[in-house]
Amino acid sequence: MDQLVNYLYISAILFSLGLFGVITRRNGIAVLMGVELILNAANINFVAFSRFGGMNLSGHVFSLFVIVLAAAEAAVALAIIITIYNSMQTVNVDDASSMKQ
Amino acid sequence: MSELAFWSVAFVTVASAGMVVFSGQLIYSAIALLFTLLGVAGLYIFLWADFMAGVQVMVYIGGILVLIIFGIMLTHKIVSVKISQSNVQRKLGAVVVGIFLIFLTSSIGDAPWFQMVTTEPSETVRTVGRLLMTKYLLPFEVASILLLGSLIGAAMLSRKEE
Repeated sequence: MDQLVNYLYISAILFSLGLFGVITRRNGIAVLMGVELILNAANINFVAFSRFGGMNLSGHVFSLFVIVLAAAEAAVALAIIITIYNSMQTVNVDDASSMKQ
Repeated sequence: MSELAFWSVAFVTVASAGMVVFSGQLIYSAIALLFTLLGVAGLYIFLWADFMAGVQVMVYIGGILVLIIFGIMLTHKIVSVKISQSNVQRKLGAVVVGIFLIFLTSSIGDAPWFQMVTTEPSETVRTVGRLLMTKYLLPFEVASILLLGSLIGAAMLSRKEE
């Protein structure tokens, strides 16, 4: 727990799992969950570098902004998914590839 | 003892992240995401970021996860018990992500990381608040505009057509 690399490995695994989810999941909400995993991996890196770089709290502020962005992104993405579901009766991101209704 | 706690938190985080990605039922993925986010909050505590851990629990679990579960409930017929989903191109995706993970871990292992020796700070919230109000004031205000924009955008998108 006092080694930087441990946190970096955990974050790398979380990032890869999130990437796998984004690539293979076809349900829009599941893709969104993969994006949340990726953002959390980035946040762990920010906070870990802040802790092992002399406790410079700018890293905390950065990950605070990432959390704000994630909240805004989740709200808009779910609104888009619900709109797509209402007009096309599907949440499959491959089926919703056409721009016209 | 604290090493054991650290590794169990890390294990819970990674294992439930795996469940988020591999589970066949969307609602199970959402519940597994809860444990992943809790585990990440635990890692923040190990990194002396107590304020970040609180924000993580309140915003991610109290906000985003509830929003995601709302989304699942709204986009599926509740009567259909099996809210299932499928993964496509599993093998190709696993190969690509596996190569990427090997590249990432090997480069982390090779790099000569420099670690500064620090003592645990007596306060983090005050320092973070200071930074937000002085050095990062402009991003802070921009973030508030972004939140307003996403609020209006989400309400616009999901309203009923007249």
